[in-house]
Amino acid sequence: MMVTRGGWRVRALQLWLPLGFFLVLTLFPFYWMAITSLKPNAELYNTRMMPLLLYHPTLKHYVDLLTETPFLLWTWNTMVVAVVSTAISLVLGVMLAYPLARINFPGSALIAFAVAATYLVPQPLLFIPMADIINRMGLGDTLTSVILTYPTMLVPFCAWLLMGYFKTVPQELEEAARIDGASHFQAMWRVVLPLCTPGFISAGIFAFTLAQNEFLYALIFLTKTDVRTVPVGAIAELIRGDVFYWGQLMAAALLGSIPVAIIYSFFVEHYVAGLTAGSVKG
Amino acid sequence: MALRSEPVAATTLSRRLPWSRLRITEGTVFSWLMLALPVLFLLAFVGYPFIYGIWLSLEDREVARSATFVGLANFIDDARDPVFWQVVRNTFVYTFAATILKAAGGLALALVLNQNFRMKNLVRALVLLPFIVPTVLSTIAWMWILDPAFSVINWFLVHVGVPRPGPSWLGNPYLAMGSIIVVNTWRGLPFYAITLLAGLQTIPGDLYEAATIDGATSWHRFRYVTLPLLRPVILIVTMFSVIFTFADFQLVYVLTHGGPANATHLFATYSFDIAMSAGQLGRGASVALAMLPALALVIVALTLYMRKR
Repeated sequence: MMVTRGGWRVRALQLWLPLGFFLVLTLFPFYWMAITSLKPNAELYNTRMMPLLLYHPTLKHYVDLLTETPFLLWTWNTMVVAVVSTAISLVLGVMLAYPLARINFPGSALIAFAVAATYLVPQPLLFIPMADIINRMGLGDTLTSVILTYPTMLVPFCAWLLMGYFKTVPQELEEAARIDGASHFQAMWRVVLPLCTPGFISAGIFAFTLAQNEFLYALIFLTKTDVRTVPVGAIAELIRGDVFYWGQLMAAALLGSIPVAIIYSFFVEHYVAGLTAGSVKG
Repeated sequence: MALRSEPVAATTLSRRLPWSRLRITEGTVFSWLMLALPVLFLLAFVGYPFIYGIWLSLEDREVARSATFVGLANFIDDARDPVFWQVVRNTFVYTFAATILKAAGGLALALVLNQNFRMKNLVRALVLLPFIVPTVLSTIAWMWILDPAFSVINWFLVHVGVPRPGPSWLGNPYLAMGSIIVVNTWRGLPFYAITLLAGLQTIPGDLYEAATIDGATSWHRFRYVTLPLLRPVILIVTMFSVIFTFADFQLVYVLTHGGPANATHLFATYSFDIAMSAGQLGRGASVALAMLPALALVIVALTLYMRKR
């Protein structure tokens, strides 16, 4: 857009001022998390001290979090659940998306509609019956319960995203492989899927962040300390009654965000592509 | 749409003879072999719970007790429950206010980010952070920002002369509603901004040049070029976000747990309290299902709209 006209005043007004506002708004809670987790309690609960600054940094809250709570175990659980449910969702997502995107068969329109609708059904509509079903299956307090239920949100998403990528591969490539004697499956496996690697990365990291973010099912299904994920562990066990261990809570919030943030920082472009795929490319 | 892979002959044949459209081609067999597993999975873990939820809502069902069929009694209980109507009001206020704020703020941020400046990619990556980080964890930070005794906001307010201890952000019903709206906006705004930014980047630059030559001011360019071309994206993003704001759970559960005095209870948190805390599964399912009419409208509209494009 035309921003160069009007000199630095206009640019400050149109760009730097609003940008500064949005950045401060966006980043302040993270700054606050970090600084709180490094403050000793004497400083944390002293309203006379300027709260934005850090006078005597300490790692005590981190040490306490890692030694006195099962935070590392929760992190491990979260990773296992996120990785396995993402993998399952990618496989099932391909199996859904491929025929819908590339083959015209009876029933395809109905299935495509159902997948899109399933993607949009929010969890709170399903959690009560789901809790009963998981109970009856005897899966309460197992990681299996969430590994099995997270893909209900992730599969439709992955399928929807991958369909867009699958459609971009020219039909001629597949036909050439078929003429050379490849089966449908071989044409898919050897020709189309390798060309859609960016799609898999987008769908994969998006599903991974969604799985890390999940809270409702984990809260209901995982009631024992040793199977909890980070969000549920932090809420259920770092807040004991009315006592808030703010230093530890902030340390947990920060450490719990780091895996997602690291993966995100490596794949920002893919993440953005996944985010915007549904609405812009259509 | 899906590309055809059947031989041409089959297609012409199917046009002539209606019954032969059911002819099983190799492509159809392959498609259904692929689809079988994921479709069964979704039927078992989305379709079945959905139907089962409707069934539950028609039962008087408490945890570890046998169920009795009560017809619409749970829904009648809902209609007579003043808290239920408060929940309806809360959910609409929350969804409406947060959506407006996110859409307006997101559009503003997208326009800012659409300009050229140094380290643009870094800024864009930072802006998305609230959307990436697990909601529960960032909400914990907001809890501390809004803490009754140690709120950093109040520290500043007190220092500019507001009487101690300053406003109780999560203790006053109106302020609590305002707080959850602000936190939801903080989390959801980047989604709008980044998606709208992608939409803005698809608008060809010559349109702006042509408009400028015709004497359009920057407001005119925004009003008559940007906004109309961005409309489909705005529409989709908004409908999308309405669905998930309307059914929000995590943020409210962590920040206020529906309080004070139910002032911030939404459908999801209220049905959770009834079903999980009080153990009344049937009644809880009926509250959750009460979301359905409004949600179904948006879901069907959005699904049809996305498929048409």
